[in-house]
Amino acid sequence: MSNAKKKVSADDALRMFRQMVRIRTFENNANQLYLSAKMPGLTHMYSGEEAVAVGICEALLPTDKITSTHRGHGHCVAKGADFKAMFCELLGKEEGYCRGKGGSMHIADQSNGNLGANAIVGGSLGIATGAALTSKLKKTGDVAVCFFGDGATAQGLMYEVMNMAALWKLPVIYACENNGYSEYTKTEEIAAGSITARAEAFGIESHQVDGQDVIAVNELSRTLVDRARKGEGPFFLELMTYRYHGHHVGDINREYYRAKSEEEDWRENRDPIIRMRAWLIENKYATEAELDELSKEVTEDAEAAVAYALDAPYPDVSEVDMHVYTDIEHVLA
Amino acid sequence: MRKITLSKAVNEALAEEMRHDETVIILGEDVAEAGTPFKVLSGLVEEFGTERVIDTPISEPGFMGIGVGAAMTGMRPVVDLMFGDFIFLIMDQLCNQAAKTHYMSGGKLNVPLVLRTNMGATRRSAAQHSQSLHAIVAHIPGLKVAMPSSAYEAKGLLKTAIRDDNPVVIFEDKLMYQDSAEVPEEEYSIPFGEACIKREGTDITLIGTSSMVQVCEKAAEMLQAEGISAEVIDPRTIVPLDEKTLVESAKKTGRVIVVDEGHQSFGVTSEIASRINEQAFYHLDAPTTRIGAMDVPIPFSPALEDITVPTPERVFEQAKKLVSGELINAA
Repeated sequence: MSNAKKKVSADDALRMFRQMVRIRTFENNANQLYLSAKMPGLTHMYSGEEAVAVGICEALLPTDKITSTHRGHGHCVAKGADFKAMFCELLGKEEGYCRGKGGSMHIADQSNGNLGANAIVGGSLGIATGAALTSKLKKTGDVAVCFFGDGATAQGLMYEVMNMAALWKLPVIYACENNGYSEYTKTEEIAAGSITARAEAFGIESHQVDGQDVIAVNELSRTLVDRARKGEGPFFLELMTYRYHGHHVGDINREYYRAKSEEEDWRENRDPIIRMRAWLIENKYATEAELDELSKEVTEDAEAAVAYALDAPYPDVSEVDMHVYTDIEHVLA
Repeated sequence: MRKITLSKAVNEALAEEMRHDETVIILGEDVAEAGTPFKVLSGLVEEFGTERVIDTPISEPGFMGIGVGAAMTGMRPVVDLMFGDFIFLIMDQLCNQAAKTHYMSGGKLNVPLVLRTNMGATRRSAAQHSQSLHAIVAHIPGLKVAMPSSAYEAKGLLKTAIRDDNPVVIFEDKLMYQDSAEVPEEEYSIPFGEACIKREGTDITLIGTSSMVQVCEKAAEMLQAEGISAEVIDPRTIVPLDEKTLVESAKKTGRVIVVDEGHQSFGVTSEIASRINEQAFYHLDAPTTRIGAMDVPIPFSPALEDITVPTPERVFEQAKKLVSGELINAA
């Protein structure tokens, strides 16, 4: 962990810890909903990558924008979303953030600047860059963060928009979550050369950071977000992290592409929550008992939200042709 | 009334809307000083500056994606796609992102974006610069699709498109940029989903889109000389489609030909003919027939290219057969 006690207040550190615990707890419950066949479809777990979303989103204001991915629950929680509306969305319920129309892969608390989780790998690179263009043209001071995985670095769109972002000095931060796997394939098999060098080729300042160290991610993010606000962007971050689950919850037998011993090593020795917990205690920001209490509160909160969502109503079938256009209430009427 | 070219009409619509609303911006290749290869945007960068008339690299998916993100966060981008054929390059951003964002977000996010592009063959530009691909985007729920048939429609529809909170794709016929039509000095807009009856008639209905409206009008003149009264209708937008006006006309005349410059198969002519058959069948005296572009890539040679697109002569011949009661495609 970064030795950055002086720069991080107890409040900030504890909030980051809580947010990471909230993400892990959300995902554990989502996985249970899948395993117990209570959730329609599949979902992609963020567990293991919590320090990335939290470290970055804790450096942002609610008005700053993010774009998220198919593995998007973590970004959604980190940007300020509420469990109830998230679980409702996961279960396709009317009270979900997207009224049940988006589901896991499109989940977003739009009111907190989340422009949506995107199920096309790399699909939101343009959207985040466009949000940064708005910020520049309207002089809002907003920063846009584009979350995407190492898999998305293989999409041509990334290079097109990084080129324009660099030419136009847009306040956008490209946050590449390198979890080592592009779906079921090792990143080293799909990515030639260095990922950060690709951004550097456009003259974009790039950093590689330990994505399991929330303090390090947050510190760097605060600096870059401030600089982006002043017009010094864009920036590129490669966050070295790990995905504990398979590509999605159904990807259970995965030893053909990834050894169990590797997973155990990351879970036991590099877990962002275990590390942050030790750091908080070592720096006397909290006691074991306080952190246990915090985790218990989060667990109860999640369980209550799951119970609420399971009982919540589905959207009325009349909603099926609503929201196709903004100005036509029922497009098929 | 004054007459101006379609090119000038588009330029005026953009200038007026950019004066009204600072969030309207133009994004695309060679849109600023060059004013596009067709010179449609000439003069706009001088008035609005390079902050609002933004030249992009040749990166269609990239600037389309940026347009979508800008639209979601408070701008009203008019994205300029130099040739309609390049729409295949931006399909993800247009059809997976722009078209679905409002729906996928449960109505929370909007994409008030206009994609201006073109269509139309016979410019000797061969297979990758001549296609009319409007049917492909009309297939995707969430997009609106406008097809102006003259300078008057081009201006009025573009102004409506810019003010619309949904993604709208406008296809201008690139061969019509220098065609003039009467356009009022004062501002006006044309609502979407309202077809225009260009010519009233009683014997047959000719439905045409974009430049095919002129093809239908010429055919109607030829038919008049033969004593056949043809009604010509321009849907103006194919999404939303003014089904009511088309069906009423079909019921009145009992015979319909649908003419469109997209490929005939799985296209706009099929869709409109099908709706007419479903809703006016018992009023029809003949099968509703279609004339689209041939189902071949657009060839370069003038000798070949000219026969791929609908012509007044073909519409005229087809109309005569329908009106005379000659069996069409009878076994």
